[in-house]
Amino acid sequence: MIRIGAFLVGLFFSGWLIVSFGVGAVAYVSEPPQETAEHAFHLEPKKLSLASDGPMGKFDRQQLQRGFQVYKEVCSACHSMRLVSFRNLAELGYTEDEVKAIAANWPAQTPSIDPATGEATTRKPLPADYIPSPHANETAARAANNNALPPDLSLITKARHGGAPYVYSLLTGYQEPPAELAKRFPDAMPGPGLNYNPYFANLNIAMANPLGSDGIVTYSDGTNATTDQMAKDVSAFLVWTAEPTLEKRHQTGWAVLIFLIIATGLGYMAYRNVWAGVKH
Amino acid sequence: MAEQVTMNQDGTAAIESDGVRRRDFINIAAVSFAGVGGATVLIPLITQMAPSKDVLAQASTEVDVSAVEPGQAIKTVWRKQPMFIRNLTPAEIDAANKVDVGSLRDPQTLAERTLEGKTNWLVTLGVCTHLGCVPLGAAQGEVKGEFGGYFCPCHGSHYDTAARIRKGPAPTNLVVPEYEFLSDTVIKIG
Amino acid sequence: MSFSWAKHYEPKSDLTKWLDQRLPLPRLVYGAIGGGYPVPRNLNYFWNFGVLAGVALVMQIVTGIIMAMHYAPNALVAFDSTEHIMRDVNWGWMLRYAHANGASFFFIVVYIHIFRGLYFSSYKAPREMIWLLGLVIFLLMMATAFMGYVLPWGQMSFWGAKVITGLFGAIPLVGEPIQTWLLGGFAPDNAALNRFFSLHYLLPFVTAGVIILHIWALHIPGSSNPTGVEVKSESDTVPFHPYYTAKDGFGLGVFLILFCSVLFFAPNFLGHADNYIPANPLSTPAHIVPEWYFWPFYAILRAFTFDFFIVPAKLLGVLAMFASILLLFFLPWLDRSPVRSGNYRPLFKIFFGILVADVLLLGYLGGAPAEEPYVMLSQLGSAYYFAHFLIILPIISKIEKPKPLPYSITESVLGKDSSGMAGGPVLQPAE
Repeated sequence: MIRIGAFLVGLFFSGWLIVSFGVGAVAYVSEPPQETAEHAFHLEPKKLSLASDGPMGKFDRQQLQRGFQVYKEVCSACHSMRLVSFRNLAELGYTEDEVKAIAANWPAQTPSIDPATGEATTRKPLPADYIPSPHANETAARAANNNALPPDLSLITKARHGGAPYVYSLLTGYQEPPAELAKRFPDAMPGPGLNYNPYFANLNIAMANPLGSDGIVTYSDGTNATTDQMAKDVSAFLVWTAEPTLEKRHQTGWAVLIFLIIATGLGYMAYRNVWAGVKH
Repeated sequence: MAEQVTMNQDGTAAIESDGVRRRDFINIAAVSFAGVGGATVLIPLITQMAPSKDVLAQASTEVDVSAVEPGQAIKTVWRKQPMFIRNLTPAEIDAANKVDVGSLRDPQTLAERTLEGKTNWLVTLGVCTHLGCVPLGAAQGEVKGEFGGYFCPCHGSHYDTAARIRKGPAPTNLVVPEYEFLSDTVIKIG
Repeated sequence: MSFSWAKHYEPKSDLTKWLDQRLPLPRLVYGAIGGGYPVPRNLNYFWNFGVLAGVALVMQIVTGIIMAMHYAPNALVAFDSTEHIMRDVNWGWMLRYAHANGASFFFIVVYIHIFRGLYFSSYKAPREMIWLLGLVIFLLMMATAFMGYVLPWGQMSFWGAKVITGLFGAIPLVGEPIQTWLLGGFAPDNAALNRFFSLHYLLPFVTAGVIILHIWALHIPGSSNPTGVEVKSESDTVPFHPYYTAKDGFGLGVFLILFCSVLFFAPNFLGHADNYIPANPLSTPAHIVPEWYFWPFYAILRAFTFDFFIVPAKLLGVLAMFASILLLFFLPWLDRSPVRSGNYRPLFKIFFGILVADVLLLGYLGGAPAEEPYVMLSQLGSAYYFAHFLIILPIISKIEKPKPLPYSITESVLGKDSSGMAGGPVLQPAE
């Protein structure tokens, strides 16, 4: 009985799937799916090599400080960084006083309550505060940005396929839409308030080219602030904001792996030992 | 490892007697390694319960005390615990200094409990040293106890104007945390 | 346990004697995983995976209990409390990565364990109950993993919760009320998050209970083995301890090396980037997929694109997906071949190979976007999956001519068995 029932159920599912396949295949051949603009013009991220890459990766703190400067002077006007606290910046090599000064001079302020009146107000951030957002809430952020929401950047290199290379490619990928795009996919041409960027999923990004010209920031360590350099630095910085524990993870990982390899080697010898003389 | 020898059957080689020692050593080494590894794993499992980085980051607080008149006190928060900051009147300072220190349960002078030149500022934790309730006496209109300082209603501990234990079950004076004056009006606690 | 030559626990010290008379726990352990459990001597490395699965469960429970000390199951703060674990809690990043990747490795281990059972027909009499309980464990694992994935309250968490509870919405008439009931609302929110957290905490302990039954049922007939020939005499077996404790210890080391390599050097490799974006009920990610271990089933779900007369495609997909797991419960009665081990079944071996390739293909397709040619391929792949278990397996168990089996395990290992006649009968009835 079970096998007869199973046979019928199997016949039903498999049969219907093969029928579906047949119908789908005929449709696929007679009306092949149309090429989309994304498929034709979207590009995979460019190569980017950072000091934090790979199992031996460590942060280049000088670069992180430069990237932080780019974030502070350019990105932070629109993008929040709500999971990173000023105190965390000490890990980039800033002293306690520098961190305090960075917090106190931050362009945005921390929401607070006026102790005299109880009304909502703002105050200067302290090192223990999280980096305040440039906008009070999502609605305000959208209103200030043509209804596009600038995403929070704390986790951005982990929250996008392609990670840091994607961020770097996006920042350096702004260009005029190719003539072929206008010819083949006029609908995919950037509309008002949008910018063509082949590294962005749907090719048209609301953010205007943020690092459009060289020298937007002036690095204190004398590095030449080209667009490419700034994009690299801020990508490196965003790797750190997304995973400040990366260095510790790599270090712990090697210690654990070396221990495990030795222990497993001993375990193998013990196993051979125990089984010595017992054929199996 | 006794089984090892008894289970040798069916054409399997017998163990040479001098090999036993070296083999036991490897087995012991392997088990010891596993033990050390297991013990090491306990470190993160235990330390994860210690205060996290964001909790430790709030370890110091700055308080503006410019609005506290003599005779008044404010309550503030340090490490999620209440802090009493009291501006003592000359009468209260006198009362505290008159006490015979030797007669106290926890002998301390007012000078030892305040900063030099700032003896009118009494900064203590608002946590009764008995079992951790918040004593009364900091806010206006609260009972100050028999000695004009603080009074803990939970189990009846009375503190004097230097926040020293005078009567009741508390074993020690209210704790004075580490603090400093950043300016004449700003105190940094912790 | 069940063999006459199994050694019995003998307490040596006064303390253990005293304990043995009052609470014979050491006796139980000795008989279950100690010197008192005779195990076939010829088990290969595929038999390591049961113990590894147990270790994986313990790891998940330990890291999970610890994360529950820091995590807050509230839609407002769940995402941030997860990041708090990653950034501020001492060793929190390691515990969370261990838990997230531990789930993946748990499934890797369990899938190998299941396919070992399929190849060596460990589900056949007298071991049907072990197989059935194992499937219950598998279902519990899937429910636990799904609900755990919702907890970080990222985009994939939210949309996963919505899509998976949407499966129940496919049931005619009562579907929508059931979905609303499951979520405690019309979309995933605090109510759903809280109950998922509660159940995510509970189910691993239920799983542990069923695992105890699974092991109990295993100890009745004893472990199966690569020849599929039942144990006949003492020379066929070795005591579990020290022989298999040593082998499992070594296997555990290899497992931990692989696990830690991913945990410390590629912790997000098996995850999905969108789950680092906080849940947003107004925007679905462009390409939503479940975690990789659900991909084969997800491919089956998506393979149904046409209504079958009055049965809508959506319902068909859901039915097929559940059927793809439930049919495994009937396996002991579908495959009637008296030979257990695939090593002695030439025809079965071929189809088993196709099945493995098919499930891997379905896994790949389940993670691919829902466009052609992936949908068409998943239709073919799913068709084979059902045909394999429901049609092909019953047929080959009838028509196949198995290779000659060894007389005993001892003979297969040593080439002779002094306890019985060598070169025994060609066929061993499965019981």
